[in-house]
Amino acid sequence: MFPLTEENKFVAQLLLSTGTCPRCIFRFCGVDFHAPYRLPYKELLHDLQKYLETEKDELILEVSNPAPKKIRLQELEDGTDDLSQNGEGGSSVGDGSADSKNLDLTVCNVCLGILQEFCEKEFVKQVCHKVETSGFEFTSLVFSVSYPPQVLVREHAAWLLVKQEMGKQSLSLGRSDVVQLKEAYKWIMHPLFSEELGVPIDGKSLFEVSVVFAHPETVEDCHFLGTICPDCFKPAKNKQSVFTRMAVMKALNKIKEEDFHKQFPCPPNSPKAVCTVLEIECAHGAVFVAGRYNKYSRNLPQTPWVIDGERKLESSVEELIADHLLIVFKAESFNFSSSGREDVDVRTLGNGRPFAVELVNPRRVRFTSQDMKELQQKINQSSNKIQVRDLQLVTREAIGHMKEGEEEKTKTYSALIWTNKAIQKEDIEFLNDVKDLKIDQKTPLRVLHRRPLAVRTRVIHSMETLFVDEHHFRLCLKTQAGTYIKEFVHGDFGRTKPNIGSLMNVTADILELDVESVDVDWPPALDN
Amino acid sequence: MATEPPTAPSLVDRYFTRWYKADVKGRPCEDHCILQHSNRICVITLAESHPVLKSGKTIQSISYQISTNCSRLENKVSGKFKRGAQFLTELAPLCKIYCSDGEEYTISSCVRGRLMEVNENILHKPSILQEKPSTEGYIAVVLPKFEESKSITEGLLTQKQYEEVVEKRSNGTAGTS
Repeated sequence: MFPLTEENKFVAQLLLSTGTCPRCIFRFCGVDFHAPYRLPYKELLHDLQKYLETEKDELILEVSNPAPKKIRLQELEDGTDDLSQNGEGGSSVGDGSADSKNLDLTVCNVCLGILQEFCEKEFVKQVCHKVETSGFEFTSLVFSVSYPPQVLVREHAAWLLVKQEMGKQSLSLGRSDVVQLKEAYKWIMHPLFSEELGVPIDGKSLFEVSVVFAHPETVEDCHFLGTICPDCFKPAKNKQSVFTRMAVMKALNKIKEEDFHKQFPCPPNSPKAVCTVLEIECAHGAVFVAGRYNKYSRNLPQTPWVIDGERKLESSVEELIADHLLIVFKAESFNFSSSGREDVDVRTLGNGRPFAVELVNPRRVRFTSQDMKELQQKINQSSNKIQVRDLQLVTREAIGHMKEGEEEKTKTYSALIWTNKAIQKEDIEFLNDVKDLKIDQKTPLRVLHRRPLAVRTRVIHSMETLFVDEHHFRLCLKTQAGTYIKEFVHGDFGRTKPNIGSLMNVTADILELDVESVDVDWPPALDN
Repeated sequence: MATEPPTAPSLVDRYFTRWYKADVKGRPCEDHCILQHSNRICVITLAESHPVLKSGKTIQSISYQISTNCSRLENKVSGKFKRGAQFLTELAPLCKIYCSDGEEYTISSCVRGRLMEVNENILHKPSILQEKPSTEGYIAVVLPKFEESKSITEGLLTQKQYEEVVEKRSNGTAGTS
């Protein structure tokens, strides 16, 4: 069944004669079921012409006098005379073949060929070839399309034209009654892609195939809007042109009809060529890998250590882990995050520190737990400075658990301490009995250049001492997260009070520090 | 009581560079020591040759009130960018030290930058200034401008140059006496 109703007929006739394609005609007629759009173009055009032609007599009867006159005037201005012939009941429409051939080649004055050539099998094949050779692993896809902004101006012009004619028949056509180009295009393309690639189309898919169209011939279509509504077009940093679809849409909502008519032809003129394909791109949403790491080196920063563009040390924890992930996931880049961080000269022992790596635009995303186990082994075999455990794929949301622990959870440390005065075992034993000691820490001088100056109260939950010799002892501490341990030991010029030195009435310094545990129970432990 | 020298470099040795200014404001022997951290922060301290640290001196009081309407104690900084800090030039006074022998010494910033904090502990217990002049007995913390973090020490003496100055001074004294 042909989707147009009697009341659409006139609109269809008008648009077809002014160089609008059948699918855009459907859009203006509010056809909102998908099947008609999917018919082959030739068939569609043929059916439409036949439909308009067979009912021509009735149409002529229906049409009241003023309407065709108006159209005639516009048509004459445009230098075509199809409709005037129609209006006069001329016979030329009848000899379909020449006419349809002619229209077949006409580039739609609204969609600039997007709902014509770019709905053809050939273009679908071109896109799918790109998808298949891009090397992405995917089980579904989301298709996005970006069309040139002047399409909106042309659609606005066609809409004004149609609205005016419908008004004469006491019919109305709201802007939202017109089916959006993007919608119609997707209705046509989705089944074709799905069939060609053998996967469902899913709006929530992480795998995105995007097509960007441009139409150089008509870029200037938008420019008059810039002079009429300059406030809609503010230059933005990351935009090449101020004429974005959003800005053009805003301007079109503001502009008065009469002003628009003065500046832009209704109907819009017919372009010579169809759109060009600016790019066909594939991208995969980020995936996340989490685990725990141990750091066994006192010469390894957590993240690359760069001062004045120069690297201080050649490696880092994040690189030792993420470089492997980057290769295996065939990702573009990564972002490393962790539950707190340790200084370059601090080791992280025990069960390790929770971390997560965001892999940006990964080409490989499907991994079994066995695959992850092997990946973990690969990381661990490649370096003795770090080891990784509990390596697993996680969701973006789950990363939050790791950060929650940063402030509230406890951490345990082991420090090797030097004292200037000689000590006996008895001199340190009192520390074992200190419980929940509140200390006031001014922002350490070593980080003051990049953090606000403040006094923060932290709690040392418990301490345990181990006498080494008369100038050294080992101190194990359980503290509130966020405590600066080094400063608690040496006092940071008396800026952390009390400190080990002040408690013992000596000058104390810290020679070695190890993180023994980061008490965050995420990610879940794995039995490997 | 056995006090041994540190077996490893001290906290100051590890993270700071020592810079000196001798005879500050032309006053003989009033030497200052500026400890610059690798992150550009400067801690202003008294050099060990400063008269205040000479044996027998007793500090009566210390005042951060450097003029009738300016007190370094009123310095407040807020946020990551330390808004509201008092700006100091090389010659800006930080505090005055009054000794029991009637002598009065003015301590200067010696570096351009913004005042982060002064050491209030020495107000309550002036003796720590003499006991631990280069750590707990510091005078103030100054944050130089990022772009000036290297140039602010250009007019200062290195540790070696300072030692030479002190040596020359003692030779000179020996010669005249």
